[in-house]
Amino acid sequence: MAEQNDILEEHISSEYKYGFSSDIETETAPPGLSEDIVRFISAKKNEPEWMLEYRLKAYRHWKTMEEPRYWAHLQYPEINFQNIIYYAAPKQKPELKDLSEVDPELLATFEKLGISLEEQKRLTGVQSNIAIDAVIDSVSVKTTFKEVLAEKGIVFCSFSEAVQEHPELIKKYMGSVVPYTDNFYAALNAAVFSDGSFCYIPKGVRCPMELSTYFRINTSGTGQFERTLIVADEHSYVSYLEGCTAPMRDENQLHAAVVEIVSHKNAEVKYSTVQNWYPGDKNGKGGIYNFVTKRGICLEENSKISWTQVETGSSITWKYPSVILKGDNSVGEFYSVAVTNNYQQADTGTKMTHIGKNTRSTIISKGISAGHSNNSYRGLVRINKGAKNARNFSQCDSLLMGPLCGAHTFPYIEIKDKSAVVEHEATTSKIGEDQIFYCKQRGIDTEKAIRLIVNGYCKEVFNQLPMEFAVEAQKLLAVSLEGSVG
Amino acid sequence: MLSIKNLRAGIEGKEIIKGFNLEVKAGEVHAIMGPNGSGKSTLSNILAGREDYLVSSGEVSFNGKDLLDMSPEDRAREGLFLAFQYPIEIPGVSNINFLKTAINEIRAYKGLGPMEAKDFLKLIKEKQALVELQGSLAGRSVNEGFSGGEKKRNEIFQMAVLEPTLAILDETDSGLDIDALRIVANGVNKLRSADRSFIVITHYQRLLDYIVPDFVHVLYDGVIVKSGTKELALELEEKGYDWIKKEVVEA
Ligand SMILES: Nc1ncnc2c1ncn2[C@@H]1O[C@H](COP(=O)(O)OP(=O)(O)OP(=O)(O)O)[C@@H](O)[C@H]1O
Ligand SMILES: [Mg+2]
Repeated sequence: MAEQNDILEEHISSEYKYGFSSDIETETAPPGLSEDIVRFISAKKNEPEWMLEYRLKAYRHWKTMEEPRYWAHLQYPEINFQNIIYYAAPKQKPELKDLSEVDPELLATFEKLGISLEEQKRLTGVQSNIAIDAVIDSVSVKTTFKEVLAEKGIVFCSFSEAVQEHPELIKKYMGSVVPYTDNFYAALNAAVFSDGSFCYIPKGVRCPMELSTYFRINTSGTGQFERTLIVADEHSYVSYLEGCTAPMRDENQLHAAVVEIVSHKNAEVKYSTVQNWYPGDKNGKGGIYNFVTKRGICLEENSKISWTQVETGSSITWKYPSVILKGDNSVGEFYSVAVTNNYQQADTGTKMTHIGKNTRSTIISKGISAGHSNNSYRGLVRINKGAKNARNFSQCDSLLMGPLCGAHTFPYIEIKDKSAVVEHEATTSKIGEDQIFYCKQRGIDTEKAIRLIVNGYCKEVFNQLPMEFAVEAQKLLAVSLEGSVG
Repeated sequence: MLSIKNLRAGIEGKEIIKGFNLEVKAGEVHAIMGPNGSGKSTLSNILAGREDYLVSSGEVSFNGKDLLDMSPEDRAREGLFLAFQYPIEIPGVSNINFLKTAINEIRAYKGLGPMEAKDFLKLIKEKQALVELQGSLAGRSVNEGFSGGEKKRNEIFQMAVLEPTLAILDETDSGLDIDALRIVANGVNKLRSADRSFIVITHYQRLLDYIVPDFVHVLYDGVIVKSGTKELALELEEKGYDWIKKEVVEA
């Protein structure tokens, strides 16, 4: 269809909106990784001895590991880990009292991204009711609404700050869900992680607002290695949002984050991500390598962890937000929309490990591939022996747009307890010419038709997102995809 | 309203419409009948602007404009509506959302802003009553899991909401039970007006008892071979198509 190809062309060539880079004064470490660099990072952050020890152990372990290359459905050139800058931070005074002390260029950057670091006092009612931790390159620059949250005993701050202020919590929980021995990138992260967010919800507290971390890679040649740790104590609830963007660059930049969630008895954590790292240009040049380890543990009974992700960015995504269902009656959920276009590659999915009795998990995965991209779902549902009456429902749908892209599904199921009930459904469909024509006949043009159809396809996942995020996600999807039908 | 002159068109190198002529004036109802495969759906698809079909010659003017020159969405925005023989499912997109998008696109084309939410809801309620469509159907995803008859009724509902000037109903009656047939026909009749025209494609005279046409045409092998009034439909019902085919061969 000539017309559709035109629209496709137009959209593929449409610019990545967040591709600007900002002229912020930064301080960077020399490229390359060694014990000295690890020490340098730790010293920069004035870390206590135990933290440095942890980093060094992780680094030494990492050196013994091999880069995982072949098991995922991904192709990319070898990464030279000695070419990466492991530390870059906006140069500014530590401990900012208020926004007036923040580099104006930096504030402008966030303004451009549509994120306000001003604490909008909730006058208009609907205005920002989200507390934000903004992380640029490697460092958390500003956390909003800290005081309001502190009144309830909620800790929401940068990881570095938590290391200083709440060492007992960090020592107790850091690495308890994702140990540094877990995998190559988790080890790398543990050695060099620069910052990230920490959040602790005390017993019986329902967090009154969405907590959000906004990640931004700015400096060229850097890797971003942030760490997020969320702990929900008994009977507590928190909804957490993560967003991210990066400038357009011809090089590939590495992002290797670790996110750990601990959900205690009767606690619930909802973690939503809208991932919009720079995906590379239409020929596949540049873009972020997004190699992330995200895992939560439902530690005690009746706890719940829910991951929702909308993945539209990155040149390569390698990510499996998982839940260990240890407590009896605990619940794990994974809702995912992964979109790939041009030469993007995504290998994403989840792992649900059922240990406790009556544990339940739900997996809803929607893959959308367009252009020359490749999109794989990889999931593991494991029911351990003794996990009586465990249940899982998985649904993995793939939507293909055009003849040149690929969709793959790798569902693995391991059942060690006979009482388990595991259901798996999978579909692959194409956006139909028929559907588009039907819309056009009602006066809706191709672009809007695709938006409508794709949003409909993703509805179950978008329904899980907080309102503002859902709207954002829909827009993002529209930008990454419109007109990609060939 | 609609004027088709000497239209020739086909698909994949095969000519299906072979010199078709039709004049539809404002307010008229034309019925098109004809054996399976004679080109009725092809004709409606071509009028609606389906890109797969290639028009080799002929002219179609719609309200004074060159229809063939317009994109499918512009044809719809200009007031052409096709009730599909096989309505399409769009999972996850509610009927309401679908119609809201459609209405606002059509309004934008006419230079109007989006319709107010409360006006839209009122419109939906009113039209739902017109075609006796259950509220639950309006809220469900477009045609997803609808029964054959429900899909057809939903087409008429959409037509009622979008208020076209020319509606082409491609076998909307097939698959409808007797009550639904009456309801759909009533809906159409209520929408009949001096400035709205219909082309009703059907195999059954029965529908034409309810929607009484001004003209009946028989399409055979891509051309209209006979035209008449509603009595022609009765004659066809009685005698089938053989006598017409014979006439064509003899001519
Ligand atoms: N995509 C296509 N490729 C090849 N032939 C086609 C295609 N679409 C339609 N045809 C042919 O064109 C002819 C007319 O088909 P059309 O669907 O218009 O008939 P119809 O009059 O609507 O029939 P029915 O009463 O069964 O609905 C048929 O012979 C059909 O096989
Ligand atoms: Mg037909």
